[in-house]
Amino acid sequence: MEITKEAICGTLESNDLLVKVAPRNELEVVISSEVMRQFGVRIREVVEETLLQMGVTRGQVVIEDKGALDCAIRARVQAAVLRGCECDELNWGVL
Amino acid sequence: MGRLRRSMLFIPGSNAAMLSTAFVYRPDSILFDLEDAVALREKDSARLLVYHALRLPAYQSIEKVVRINPLDTPFGNKDLEAAVRGGADIIRLPKTDCAADVQRLEVEVERIEQACGREAGSTRLMAAIESASGVVNALAIATSSPRMDSIALAGFDYVVDMQTQRGDGIELFYARCSVLHAARFAKIDAFDVVFPDVNDDEGFLKEVALIKRLGFNGKSLINPRQIELLHNAFAPTEEEVRRAERIVEAAEKAEREGLGVVSLNGRMVDAPVVLNAQRILELAKPAYARS
Amino acid sequence: MNDNQRTVALEDPCLEGIERFRDYATHTPYLKGPEKLTRKLVGSLEEAVRRSGLRDGQTISFHHAFREGDKTINFVVDALARMGFKNLTLASSSLAACHAPLIDHIKAGVISRIYTSGMRGQLAKAISNGLMEHPINVHSHGGRVHLIDSGELTLDVAFLGVPACDAFGNANGQRGKARCGSLGYAMVDAQFARTVILLTEEIVPFPNNPASISQDQVDWIVQVEEVGDPSKISVGAARVTKNPRELLIARLAAQVIEHSGYFKQGFSIQTGSGGSSTATTRFLEKRMRQKEIKAAFALGGITGDIVDLFNKGLIERVADTQSFDAVAAESLAANPNHIEISTNEYANPSSKAAFCDQLDVVILSALEVDLNFNVNVLTGSDGVMMGASGGHSDVAAAANLSIVVGPLIRGRIPTVVKRVTTLVTPGACVGVLVTDHGIAVNPNRPDVEERLRAANLPVMTIQELYERAVSITGEPQPIEFLDRIVGIVRYRDGSVIDVVRQVKP
Repeated sequence: MEITKEAICGTLESNDLLVKVAPRNELEVVISSEVMRQFGVRIREVVEETLLQMGVTRGQVVIEDKGALDCAIRARVQAAVLRGCECDELNWGVL
Repeated sequence: MGRLRRSMLFIPGSNAAMLSTAFVYRPDSILFDLEDAVALREKDSARLLVYHALRLPAYQSIEKVVRINPLDTPFGNKDLEAAVRGGADIIRLPKTDCAADVQRLEVEVERIEQACGREAGSTRLMAAIESASGVVNALAIATSSPRMDSIALAGFDYVVDMQTQRGDGIELFYARCSVLHAARFAKIDAFDVVFPDVNDDEGFLKEVALIKRLGFNGKSLINPRQIELLHNAFAPTEEEVRRAERIVEAAEKAEREGLGVVSLNGRMVDAPVVLNAQRILELAKPAYARS
Repeated sequence: MNDNQRTVALEDPCLEGIERFRDYATHTPYLKGPEKLTRKLVGSLEEAVRRSGLRDGQTISFHHAFREGDKTINFVVDALARMGFKNLTLASSSLAACHAPLIDHIKAGVISRIYTSGMRGQLAKAISNGLMEHPINVHSHGGRVHLIDSGELTLDVAFLGVPACDAFGNANGQRGKARCGSLGYAMVDAQFARTVILLTEEIVPFPNNPASISQDQVDWIVQVEEVGDPSKISVGAARVTKNPRELLIARLAAQVIEHSGYFKQGFSIQTGSGGSSTATTRFLEKRMRQKEIKAAFALGGITGDIVDLFNKGLIERVADTQSFDAVAAESLAANPNHIEISTNEYANPSSKAAFCDQLDVVILSALEVDLNFNVNVLTGSDGVMMGASGGHSDVAAAANLSIVVGPLIRGRIPTVVKRVTTLVTPGACVGVLVTDHGIAVNPNRPDVEERLRAANLPVMTIQELYERAVSITGEPQPIEFLDRIVGIVRYRDGSVIDVVRQVKP
């Protein structure tokens, strides 16, 4: 999938995260988290895996995490990417 | 006796924190709401949050219900995809007016089950009745599909449709009786409306006493704090337990002695009374006891 | 020669070395002057400091009854910095987030060592990241008095903020704009410090009673605009919770107390200041009424919820070291059975008798609990100091049953861990852990476990709780530390129980 416009998803409440996506020529994932020291590696893993599943190879993805569980990270990244791709139909097969 | 279904806790599908913690409250069923609790612009992300939450191991021991948007909205079918694929046990269809609404849903559910490889028929359906039309058609709705699992009355839209407002309960009296009879006829469960004021414990318990007496299985809840109140109200009292124990003992004695008739203190006890006593003893088991 | 003028013969050997009487006011000259009643009142803090004889390298002490509302510590240390003091040891009964201005004074060398029960906010973060050359000493409330007793901690000058006192220094926390209630922490400093300077908002008519701090302990009195804002005592501490998760934990904790074996006529209880902890009191009321049980006393930090039960006759006496809200402060002033006790009387292991030794049940909080029931209330799981030792290890050691309450997971951080980041209270002192996912009982309390299981409470092993937590959050990465020690955790008996190392940047 191709991120064609800036999009945002999520909140900065506890247990949630804010995901911003924007078009770029290369893939750039920026993560900040209040649990960076404990879960930074895991968060990056989940974000990159989610992007890979959706076939996102280019674009900027900025994550501001407030201690979200993996399931919320996946959901917010997916929703932000779909918004940034101006795509309404989800290919459930790849999730 | 089937599973207890006293409490159905509503969780807004767009609230990541609630989705990440609600399992600690141990309601009998948990409902992830994609409809009224979710703003239009968050429908897409809530759907994904609920899809992933459904798959969390922490939710696997709890009955999971997803309230989708009506199928005639742009969201209904997408919500359904997420719910069925995510593993919801039950789909709650809002604003069910007639049997055809359920049958339309049934077709879609069947299609998705097939597409995702989920066991055919494993997704059950709950119809929420929120209008005069739905109340009048309650029996047809309750018997509309072999997937029908339960019927739920929803009060807010119904009282508007009836040109009245929530009050002491008299405004819901006909609707409650109507959906309850339909449910009992169809041998499915029946849930009562949400009690709107989370700070009014007294009013809540009054309403719980009423719907328990009417025969509802349970109630929709919007605050986890109400779960304990509800479960306590549904638990049998010590007096009820003692009486039930005497009846069950008499029945066992009659069976041992090969008597066809159960009698207690010289009075004949009917079979339904014995069944009811057994149900009370089941409810009194530690897992459900008053705390 | 009349009697008044007679002189004692000098030559008798038995009088050698003893001063001869000259005049009635030789050593009490103020009795002859206009300053007789006002001699302790000093016009400025600076003047009081000069009179105290404070020197570089000495120890200054404070109390923290105002918690986040404290205005005394920053005010005094600012003044000492202006006066050019260096290399002081700051010994406050605790420090809060409002003390962030101390960072600059530490950088400037005004403060070089700290003894405290805890720290929060920017100050805690800065010290965790290596701000100070010497590691801070973190003690418990009882342990602080023990360190003073043992001679390690000498309080040279105590600066004690009080809402009101009379001109002789009789002070309490029960009246005035800054009414904070109990002066339990300050009473210790007044008792042990070499010089005691009171900072007061008001001078009231003599004699001010009750005298929590007594005139015979006070050297100098300075009137100041503000010593503290009591409305901020309960910021982040005691508060009435509506959070359903805290209520769930509180209800479970009340059930644990009910079935613990200690819920008997005349039992005693202490609840901490967290949301679940204070709410436990409310769930207990119903059970006390049902079983017609009254508590003999409640101890420690006192909240409005405890006072409520006290007013309803369900608790007979309240022993108060820290009033957590206005209700508690008011009750202390109004009720003879609501008594004020110092932290020496409360929890000092070397005091001649400590209240906590009489305690049946205590509800405590925790940042982390490990598989051996060890508790960390000091550092976050990121290794940064963010809490306080408080009375945790004191009361846990002394009470018949210690119940630790808390959510199994905070945000994404599990509370139950393999090994606590920092050890404050040893697991041997912790009887039961109550979380929103279930209850774990220390294997050293099979009696309690049996009773809780018989009551059908959701008892699991601590290992099961741990596994449940990480199944939801994932396994946290270990935190990386540098070798440098930034904090020394002192057990209540003065021994070193753990150290806090600087977090790797």
